[in-house]
Amino acid sequence: MSPNLKRPRKILSPPPVKGFKPYGPDLDGKPAEPVMLLFEEYEALRLCDYDMLNHHHASQAMGVSRPTFTRIYASVRQKIARAFVEGRQITVEGGKVYFDSGWYHCSSCSCYFNNPEMQQAVTACPLCGSNAIGKAEGEPVSAFEVADTNDLCICPACGLELLHQPGQPCGQQTCPSCHTRMRRKGTPGCRMP
Amino acid sequence: MKIAITSTGNSPESLLDHRFGRCAFFVVYDTESGATEFIPNPHKNAEDSAGPASVQMITSRKVNKIVSGEFGAKIKETLDSMKIQLIVLRKPGITIGRIIEMLNHANK
Ligand SMILES: [Zn+2]
Ligand SMILES: [Zn+2]
Repeated sequence: MSPNLKRPRKILSPPPVKGFKPYGPDLDGKPAEPVMLLFEEYEALRLCDYDMLNHHHASQAMGVSRPTFTRIYASVRQKIARAFVEGRQITVEGGKVYFDSGWYHCSSCSCYFNNPEMQQAVTACPLCGSNAIGKAEGEPVSAFEVADTNDLCICPACGLELLHQPGQPCGQQTCPSCHTRMRRKGTPGCRMP
Repeated sequence: MKIAITSTGNSPESLLDHRFGRCAFFVVYDTESGATEFIPNPHKNAEDSAGPASVQMITSRKVNKIVSGEFGAKIKETLDSMKIQLIVLRKPGITIGRIIEMLNHANK
């Protein structure tokens, strides 16, 4: 991962359509350039004006800063207004996003797994093939009983958690993601999720 | 389909390594041919960026799934965007051979 690669934005639910088409007598025969909505713009609009979240909560849900969120939101409003006023098609696509896939749990082999192909339903455990699966409560890190707060190192900058290695001080570990020095989870100064 | 498993050693009797970025070996198992490849992890003792470096190494092998004991939140973001499935197994003392048996059964 190159350092100048922008962090992908988190999208909770992919849009159900690829776009929208206007209709009306004045539009016949002269198709104008469509307006392109990025996934992240669609998501910003959905969170704010459909789920009625405020900007603060919506920016947290997308994993972006508040100013970044405001910029994305302003952009989507402007694009939609333009499509309405100028009678243009809207195409939803692209952007640097990932779909947060969520975790499942298998009660047969007790593994956790995600479903990165969100369009396909999960029917069986990918490890043991059992059908005894369901949505996991929370993330696997917190759902696993041995990993209580004393057993985790946490990155104070980005919140990444690693299982503590016995005999190895947390402060000697650096975060594999952002290179900040790790801390023992639950000590002052570290961000609790 | 190719599946990566983090391993403490280079044989099927080795145990699942619970660390993703700093595991001793990566096993790449091909469910179609049944071939297993043990790759020593060059980032095992890396001071930093073991996670992203390991992601890069493992995804270059075109794996569809990764079995390990834990993944960081950022690693999950990256792998989500690459549509690679993560399987987190926290059972102590499970061998690579046993995991491959399970995978064979599940992907029959
Ligand atoms: Zn299972
Ligand atoms: Zn970090």
